[in-house]
Amino acid sequence: MSKNEKYSHESYLEYQGKYKGIWGWLFSTDHKRIGLLYLYSIAFFFVVAAILGLLIRIELIAPGPTIMDAQTYNGLFTVHGIIMIFIVVIPGLGAVFGNFFLPIMIGAKDVAFPRLNLLSWYIFILGAILAVASQFAGGGAPDTGWTFYVPYSSTSSTNVIFALTAAFILGFSSILTGINFIVTIHRLRAPGMGWFKMPLFPWSLYATAWIQVLATPIVGITLLMVIAERVLQIGFFDPALGGDPLLFQHLFWIYSHPAVYIMILPAMGVVTEIFPTFSQKPVFGYGAIVISSIAIAAVGYFVWGHHMFTTGISYWSRWFFSFLTFIVAIPSAIKVFNWISTMYGGSIDLKTPLLYAISFIFLFMIGGFTGLTLGALATNVHLHDTSFVVAHFHYIIFGGMGFAFFAGIHYWYPKMYGRMYNIKLANIAWGVLFTGFNVLYFPLFIIGIQGMPRRYFDYLEQFHTGHFISTIGAIILIIGIFMMLFNLIYYRHRGAVAPSNPWKGVTLEWQIESPPTHENFEEIPEIKTPPYLFKKES
Amino acid sequence: MENKTHISSYESHGRVLISLLLLTMLSVLVTWMEFGVFTIAVALTVASVKAFIVLTWFMHLKFESNFIRWMVAGVFVLFTLVLIITFIDYFFR
Amino acid sequence: MTQTANHAHPTDNEGGKMGMWIFLFTELFLFGGLFLVYAVFRAKYSDDFHKAAYELDALIGTLNTVILLVSSMTVAMSITAIQKGSKKLAIKLLLTTIFLAIVFMVNKYFEWHHKFDIKVYPGSEVLQNLERGELLFFGLYYMMTGLHALHVIIGMILLVICIFKIKSGHIISNRYLLLENSGLYWHLVDLIWIFLFPLLYLLT
Repeated sequence: MSKNEKYSHESYLEYQGKYKGIWGWLFSTDHKRIGLLYLYSIAFFFVVAAILGLLIRIELIAPGPTIMDAQTYNGLFTVHGIIMIFIVVIPGLGAVFGNFFLPIMIGAKDVAFPRLNLLSWYIFILGAILAVASQFAGGGAPDTGWTFYVPYSSTSSTNVIFALTAAFILGFSSILTGINFIVTIHRLRAPGMGWFKMPLFPWSLYATAWIQVLATPIVGITLLMVIAERVLQIGFFDPALGGDPLLFQHLFWIYSHPAVYIMILPAMGVVTEIFPTFSQKPVFGYGAIVISSIAIAAVGYFVWGHHMFTTGISYWSRWFFSFLTFIVAIPSAIKVFNWISTMYGGSIDLKTPLLYAISFIFLFMIGGFTGLTLGALATNVHLHDTSFVVAHFHYIIFGGMGFAFFAGIHYWYPKMYGRMYNIKLANIAWGVLFTGFNVLYFPLFIIGIQGMPRRYFDYLEQFHTGHFISTIGAIILIIGIFMMLFNLIYYRHRGAVAPSNPWKGVTLEWQIESPPTHENFEEIPEIKTPPYLFKKES
Repeated sequence: MENKTHISSYESHGRVLISLLLLTMLSVLVTWMEFGVFTIAVALTVASVKAFIVLTWFMHLKFESNFIRWMVAGVFVLFTLVLIITFIDYFFR
Repeated sequence: MTQTANHAHPTDNEGGKMGMWIFLFTELFLFGGLFLVYAVFRAKYSDDFHKAAYELDALIGTLNTVILLVSSMTVAMSITAIQKGSKKLAIKLLLTTIFLAIVFMVNKYFEWHHKFDIKVYPGSEVLQNLERGELLFFGLYYMMTGLHALHVIIGMILLVICIFKIKSGHIISNRYLLLENSGLYWHLVDLIWIFLFPLLYLLT
């Protein structure tokens, strides 16, 4: 692209540092290159885990064994969960778009600790390799589910230790990224960019980073305790040794519930960037969005017990957790109203990123409302551990975080690569994806209410229709995913050259070249106005 | 480094150490005196005072930015909250 | 945490320190998880905990507390020494710290060794036959002091690196972030011990 006269400077993609070729990527401390390293590794694992998910669905197309035996099935849903949660969804948005765009959006040349940033990618890869190795080494794929509940996880003869270690290491990588982002945001904002002149995606990353830092160590030590129980017979969770299995659930969810907010907050941040740009209108209620991000992070830290309503925790405990769960709905709803109000009266340009962002709201709402159903003590007893729960968290995690990720990649793709994908094909892929998603997961709500348990290998004839429709949806969804991937990969080199600001965005990343130069800014910009000020077009 | 960096004197470090050693003695003595159920409360209070001293002088919090000070305080508050909320379960079960 | 090779801010001490502090928060929560487990089981088995804590040698515990407190002071003093430009004194103080850390570890070794001699270790038969609360106490004892000892070792490695960096002139009176952060780490080790000591040794 350097031959193209349009660009006066060498982009980060062709910049030659100390190392050449592939080493220039593997040893690069450039936040943009590290962002892409994450993107490729996460995309790879996403496809792997999505195919595992498809296999699970195909197995469930009819009652009884279809294409695999029960133990393989247990291994599949466990590894699907571990890869999706720990490798794809938790790091996902932060590590890819956070790394790539956080420094650019706050007007910095890099993150605060560039070498530490590269190190966290290596730790991430180490954890990912261990997670995959747990499939093959020793006693077979772990079959505990991604939640590693004791007592089964301390007795299962499968490869649980590998998976636990992998999760521990991935957590460490996530902590380092979190530290990096917090310090970056504190120290490297461009001159003049006060806290409340910062765009909202960095804000959401800031809230997320704090949860990463303050919650992840708890799960780290918990996983170590399970390892200690397996290896050293230190039985903190083993009733025979005086321990308490419920304590594991407390400790596990102290991290893993906030982890849900680690997933969804950056997703909200991404769509918050997209709505103003495609409505050409300042974001509605900037302050409300900032405060609700922080409120979600803060309150979300204290709701872990709503995963344990049926385990026999105390009455007051259930009361407390249920109450706080309903409280979290308030800041989440505030955000939804803000997004809709942002679009109201704007000049809406219905391009692919906005399609994904709008479907994000739709799916997130369904996921959120069913979350309230599960947060209510009485209905929870009925719905606990049914496929209703599976549908709920897929609507939040895939419909929320996943669709926001797709929205983000379609939004920032021209900036990252300097090329434009085929918008028509992207829209069609969106349609297929969106249809497949709903056909896949909506029936699970219904059979869940009717009593279909989650994680079961086999089921009664009465659930056949629901499962059958769901599997059809899975196939449509996979087709959609591959259409999208094809579009993004094929047009990476063949697409039309993208201008530096194809969507008429106003945040800092659109003020620099596409793709950005190695140091992002020739001169660190000085910020004088709040973000999201659009010039009226006459 | 900016010139407002505070350099603690050797003597002040010595004084901090002496107070910490005295507190250690106190907590050992307290356990001998058998306060019954309050023993643990007293021991933890003394430990918290010691922790406060280490944080303030040895770890230089006294001379750090407000942000770091508030965050350290916040972390301890957060942990206490987690502890209390977990015990809402264990106390009323 | 020590990497501040940013183009815009070649030596952002404030940022480096902030990063270290946030890292220390994660360490606190790592131990926090164990303290939570301790609290739950202590509430449940307080008598057993008293009985089991009796088995621990409060003298060695007190001795180790004093050692760590003194070592904390020497680290703090070495920073003062560097700030005042006396390299030699700073190195001497750091060597003292490392020496004290070694003494701490040796004590710990004898303490554990003694426990192993009387067959009190995780999974041993003696332990299995104890009351459930005592069993859990020793589980916590090994896990907490073990994890703490690991941190002592990491801290020692950091301090050794600091000594070499002082010698090679990388840490000087106006650039000592690495030493400061290693010092913070060392104080954290002390801080955690301050809580471990009464909870494990002084319950009798």
